[in-house]
Amino acid sequence: MNLAYRDIKHNLLRFVLTNFGLSLLLGIVIMITGVYGGMIDEALRQARAPNVDLWVVEAGTNGPFAEASRISGDTRELVSRVYGVERAGSVTYQSVQTELNGKPLRMFLVGFEPGRPGAPRKISAGREITRGHYEMIVDRSAGLKLGQEVPLGTHGHKFTVVGLMTREVTASGDPVGYITLRDAQALQFELAPPTERREVARGGALQTNDQINAVVAKISPYVPVSEVAVALSRWKHLTTLQQEQQETLLSKFVIERVRNQQFLIMVLLIIVSAVIIALIVYTLTMDKVRSIATLKFVGAPDRTIIGLILQQSLSMGIFGYFMGLILVLTFEPYFPRRLVLDPVNVSIVFAIVIVVCLAASTLGIRLALKVDPTEALASSG
Amino acid sequence: MAETGKQAVVRVEHLSKHFGEGSSRVDALRDINLDVYPGQVVGLMGPSGSGKTTLLHCIACILQPSSGRITLDGEAVYDERWLKADLRRLRLDKIGFIFQYPNLLPFLNGSDNVALVLDLAGFSAAAARTRAVELLDYLEVGHRKHAMPKQLSGGEAQRVAIARALANKPRIILADEPTAPLDSARARIVMDLLRRIAVEQSAAIIVVTHDEMILDRFDHIYRLRDGRLEDSEPGRPAPSAKPAVVPA
Repeated sequence: MNLAYRDIKHNLLRFVLTNFGLSLLLGIVIMITGVYGGMIDEALRQARAPNVDLWVVEAGTNGPFAEASRISGDTRELVSRVYGVERAGSVTYQSVQTELNGKPLRMFLVGFEPGRPGAPRKISAGREITRGHYEMIVDRSAGLKLGQEVPLGTHGHKFTVVGLMTREVTASGDPVGYITLRDAQALQFELAPPTERREVARGGALQTNDQINAVVAKISPYVPVSEVAVALSRWKHLTTLQQEQQETLLSKFVIERVRNQQFLIMVLLIIVSAVIIALIVYTLTMDKVRSIATLKFVGAPDRTIIGLILQQSLSMGIFGYFMGLILVLTFEPYFPRRLVLDPVNVSIVFAIVIVVCLAASTLGIRLALKVDPTEALASSG
Repeated sequence: MAETGKQAVVRVEHLSKHFGEGSSRVDALRDINLDVYPGQVVGLMGPSGSGKTTLLHCIACILQPSSGRITLDGEAVYDERWLKADLRRLRLDKIGFIFQYPNLLPFLNGSDNVALVLDLAGFSAAAARTRAVELLDYLEVGHRKHAMPKQLSGGEAQRVAIARALANKPRIILADEPTAPLDSARARIVMDLLRRIAVEQSAAIIVVTHDEMILDRFDHIYRLRDGRLEDSEPGRPAPSAKPAVVPA
């Protein structure tokens, strides 16, 4: 006879309501895991987007994501000539903010050379950039439509959206946009007209626009990447990072603080969940003191009583967890950030919930084992 | 109160129990001796604080005496110390307890409350259920077997509680004021039932009571005052109301 099941069935409404509250809490724990997963995924997406093996950046920097990197525009030609480099492309990265229909629009713009490494991975709607200027491909999260024009830069050029991507956002949630390298260089290095006039008036030389943030290179499968990296590192004005190094920089260092914050929030939520589960189990046990005393009086062994409390605690944790997971999956599309629920992380949270339930039930079990059977004799009124 | 040729089911010898030490010492039981034989219904009476419930707890093996000896169903269970390691199992196997209030588990229906004891004793679910229903029928509450405790009247709940106490065919039944929450008519019915069970099951029944109206239902009455068994007197047993047989 399963006493835990009978007790739950008897107080079904209370169990459901308690579980609903718990599921909200556990749902937040699962959601934080999803946010964490999403953050890592988004951070790595930018590094993985060009699908290359090597990143050539300014000497002494960990660019272009972890640090600023500025190198000459002709570096790509230099890199292309190194033995083992199959293809290379120049890229720039910059954050921009513009105003569209009275609302601010933030984007992370990637400048690339069409036909070379660094182009968007997959376009879900529209087409690739075919014109030399003022076309852009952007992530759907920017809320832009195909054919829509977006004013960018100090000269107010209007860029037409020709392609849309899905799930291409930065670690901070900004949508990613792709424009040609020339346009990107103009946006990044071109002076505003008044500044340009002032520079001309004072007789200063105009800066060259031919600067880039990095060169990305695809290496031949027949040549070790490390060998090419060593060859490139002979140029003292450049630093070469392999793809794994770039990913490590992004996932471990660039988002480290945010990651630690999220981890701390998750630990705190798990502690809060543990305390709440322990209190619920304790309260449920308190409600059953007389029944437990009666059970002891009629001869029920401790294992029956421990089983009753443990099973209820585990049922609460398991139901709460799955209800929380369902809530997260249901409301995921409406969440302002992308959630990536990695099965391994979700399973780890489940295992933690089980351990927490087992630990939290000890308080109730301790109370139950201390119940004096003679309490069954006390007048109930 | 020796009965020639019969072995006492409950034998208490020189039993004492005190709480606290030194100036705060309270002697709850002092040198108690009593025997209860198979088929006997014995009443324990006395004013509040006289030690009735303490004695019942000691016999039920839930309160350790300070000294003396307790023998249940021919087996010594206490002799200056507990002689049994698993007292709960001993209670489950040998003792049925009827509380002042039915104390039914609120989350089990009538038949499950009875079957629980059998389940704990290791009976199969089907056997436990069959026996539970038989007992409830015997106690004339079979029609309420699916009712939850809060749906039962006081008398019905008490009869379910009696069925639970009888479930494992105990040789000893201890009852702590079982008629207190009942009116006099129902109290007499319950006492008649206990008398019948004592005879049919050869069980020894000890009933703690304040109720003077049911004195004629006891074979023997012990009176306690300040922890001492003051005197004992034979009761006035009434004839069994119903010659039924407790389900085997």
